Amino acid sequence: MYDVVIIGAGVIGCAVARELSKYRLKTIVLEKGEDVCSGTSKANSAIVHAGFDAEPGTWKAKMNVIGSRKMEALSKELDFPYKRNGSLVLCFEEKDLYKLENLKKKGIENGVEGLEIITGEKIWEMEPNLSKNVKAMLYAPTGAIICPFKLTIALAENANINGVEFAFDTEVKNIQKTTAGYTIETTKEYYETKCIVNAAGVYADIFHNMVSEEKLTIIPRKGEYCLMDKKAGNFVSHTIFQLPTEMGKGVLITPTVHGNLLAGPTAEDIEDREGINTTGEGIAKLSKMAKLSAENIPLNMVITSFAGLRATEKGGDFVLGEVADAPGFFDAAGIQSPGLSSAPAIGEYLADGIAGRLNAQKKENFKPERKDIPCVAEMPKEKLKALIKENPLYGNVICRCETVTEGEIVNAIHRPLGAKSLDGVKRRTRAGMGRCQSGFCAPRVMEILERELQKSPLEITKAGGTSALLTGKIKEDLE
Amino acid sequence: MQEYELIIVGGGPAGLAAAISARENGIERLLILERDYELGGILNQCIHNGFGLHTFKEELTGPEYAQRFIDQVFEKNIPYKLNTMVLEIEACGDEKMVTAINKEDGLMRLKTKSVILAMGCRERPRGALNIPGYRPAGIYTAGTAQRLVNMEGLMPGREVVILGSGDIGLIMARRMTLEGAKVKVVAELLPYSGGLQRNIVQCLEDFDIPLKLSHTVVEVHGKERVTGVTLAEVDENRRPIPGTEEFYSCDTLLLSCGLIPENELSVKAGIELSNITSGPVVNESLETNIKGIFACGNVLHVHDLVDYVSEEAKKAGQQAAAFLQEKESDKKEKTIIIQPEGGIRYTVPQKIRTESMEENLTVRFRVGKVYENVYVNVYLGDKQIIHKKRKKMAPGEMEQIILKKSDLTQELKFDKIIMKLEEA
Repeated sequence: MYDVVIIGAGVIGCAVARELSKYRLKTIVLEKGEDVCSGTSKANSAIVHAGFDAEPGTWKAKMNVIGSRKMEALSKELDFPYKRNGSLVLCFEEKDLYKLENLKKKGIENGVEGLEIITGEKIWEMEPNLSKNVKAMLYAPTGAIICPFKLTIALAENANINGVEFAFDTEVKNIQKTTAGYTIETTKEYYETKCIVNAAGVYADIFHNMVSEEKLTIIPRKGEYCLMDKKAGNFVSHTIFQLPTEMGKGVLITPTVHGNLLAGPTAEDIEDREGINTTGEGIAKLSKMAKLSAENIPLNMVITSFAGLRATEKGGDFVLGEVADAPGFFDAAGIQSPGLSSAPAIGEYLADGIAGRLNAQKKENFKPERKDIPCVAEMPKEKLKALIKENPLYGNVICRCETVTEGEIVNAIHRPLGAKSLDGVKRRTRAGMGRCQSGFCAPRVMEILERELQKSPLEITKAGGTSALLTGKIKEDLE
Repeated sequence: MQEYELIIVGGGPAGLAAAISARENGIERLLILERDYELGGILNQCIHNGFGLHTFKEELTGPEYAQRFIDQVFEKNIPYKLNTMVLEIEACGDEKMVTAINKEDGLMRLKTKSVILAMGCRERPRGALNIPGYRPAGIYTAGTAQRLVNMEGLMPGREVVILGSGDIGLIMARRMTLEGAKVKVVAELLPYSGGLQRNIVQCLEDFDIPLKLSHTVVEVHGKERVTGVTLAEVDENRRPIPGTEEFYSCDTLLLSCGLIPENELSVKAGIELSNITSGPVVNESLETNIKGIFACGNVLHVHDLVDYVSEEAKKAGQQAAAFLQEKESDKKEKTIIIQPEGGIRYTVPQKIRTESMEENLTVRFRVGKVYENVYVNVYLGDKQIIHKKRKKMAPGEMEQIILKKSDLTQELKFDKIIMKLEEA
């Protein structure tokens, strides 16, 4: 019997898990993928919103502002990249200036600090590459950028060393109420639990509707992105939003914490909950919209494009907390933007609710800190010298584009909830995320995975499941 | 701190030939830094034949061709370090500092008077091509697949579609077929192939593999592993034509869509690059804008034959040696720019110091599309100094002309020569 079963190892599930690991509770996270951060959390804008966008009084407004305030301290505690670069909302028409004023007012009401409307030459002093059509912009100094993989992985690792179990490749098929709580049927085994946290992203309505008469409807909204080379990383320094125009809601341009440039997302409601394919039309629209903010955006330096799904609930807001007609079942549903920004706040809010319900006591031996894998690419030379002396594997570069060493990859495989696939290694170390997109390092990372996990090359996958990278040995198929 | 006269970044065909030639020209303290676990570079995975016809007048495989150079490196006792990644090249006045790491030496700071860049190139990945669809396992660049098949004995797939008809793609169509895979089609975005004609015949036609020109991949299917791709014909602006879509079931998509010189180190060092070649801008001595830093091979511009890489690298080695042995280094010299026009995309070198050039200077270049019966004309002012007929020219085949020093030095008032394709 578990105290808590969390469905979904995305950023929300892992944030709740980490907060729950502060209590004396028996907790497990069930994840249908082979790794944490393999759904909605892996493909988004990688930003921490300041919090001026959401309607005052909504969950989104509350959680965003608290989450944004907590994120920096959390980044130090859990050692993941975070940078407060500030954000700007561009206004292209004199007649829309009132919208900018309204955003500012909303932001102040939500508790966002330091908002300022900027006009005139100062616009281009702050961002020389912005379009000359910008009439004014709202500056939010608390906007930030973050690595969503590292945030989720850090939360999960820290939860894990503090006692939370994780079961991967475990898909929930059914949930039934019992006298003591719930029975969860999965593709692997059954789990008995007192409480459930529903952090299932685009599938959260399905699980909610298994236990409640108050139905939820989640519509996956696809967003397509283009990621540009690090050579383009200095094109803008702030996260650049647009006020909605006749062309639509607008797309953003932002530097990433790793020094790339990102543009996106488009917004298209779709039916397929796994529909993360990019489309010719989507990318074309994205390019057109991004050029409104900056005509010269170097889209010729794109190194990859991808699509993510936002879990949009019909009501428009996050659905948080214990479900009225399902005691012990806690929703974290409809977590679309600003979900990443809100994750630390949602984690704490739900964990408090569950701890209260179960009358749980705090642990005395909770370990709040976690150290990330040493990053050779960003290390000062003297420190690197010492590290290689201590462990020579840190002197063997495997990924040329991002300067990722064998030492980092081996570390990624053997740490708590370690990497099992090429994508797992990629998200933990950045091997394969550079401009050659794993052309050179894929065979070598595969070799290291084989060796460290004692597997045959044919068992190595891109991202678990049926994503095997190889189909056999040479000449096997010849009669 | 160790001090060198010459450090060569890269131990592939370019780096090897450059090192040998520098040593033959009297350079003692030199060092090759190679990031892979053996010398020879990409040639080690090119187990097909066709290498060396120009250099050795015989047909060799890639590893055999590389071995000829590796043997000379051994004979001449040229030092090299394997599994060694150069992180940074800094130029401060006459001194250069190369920072590199490996397991044995840790982090090294190597002082040197000169550097030859020979880092080669990389393949253009799926992401840079903006191919829509899912991102499943089973999408490889042709070179990655070549490494898996030829060096590891592993098959990346059974049913294959290849996008791009660059040479590696063509070679891999044949390799995959010989190893038991079914290659269904090779699609090429352009109306002509970017590969060598002999490869189209020997790798596709001989195996009945269809080549679809003016076609591209408009969708990748399969959420975990590739299950198929949709091809479509493209118009003259390279946009897919609606209604021409055709589905091919396959488990693998190989990409052979161009090579990009790997110049990240060069950029950090402050070396000027050409927008067209993506390689350094060099003078007649293959020297970059930084004195004492030279470039050769695919890092300079992408070659189709390794024989020309060796030839170019040999010259880089000679020139580096000459630089090191030169007495007064700040000769004021007149520089002439080569301006490519009318169909010629680029030239290497891009500029010439007339006094430093040898009597016959090889200028390599590529054209922008397929031409038949055209003349390569070179003008110094109004005066035509070269007029050469070519039966056929294609973007996939590197061309060259020889400039004569005497032609350039008789008229001193011009600061550029114009090179163009004309009908007469």
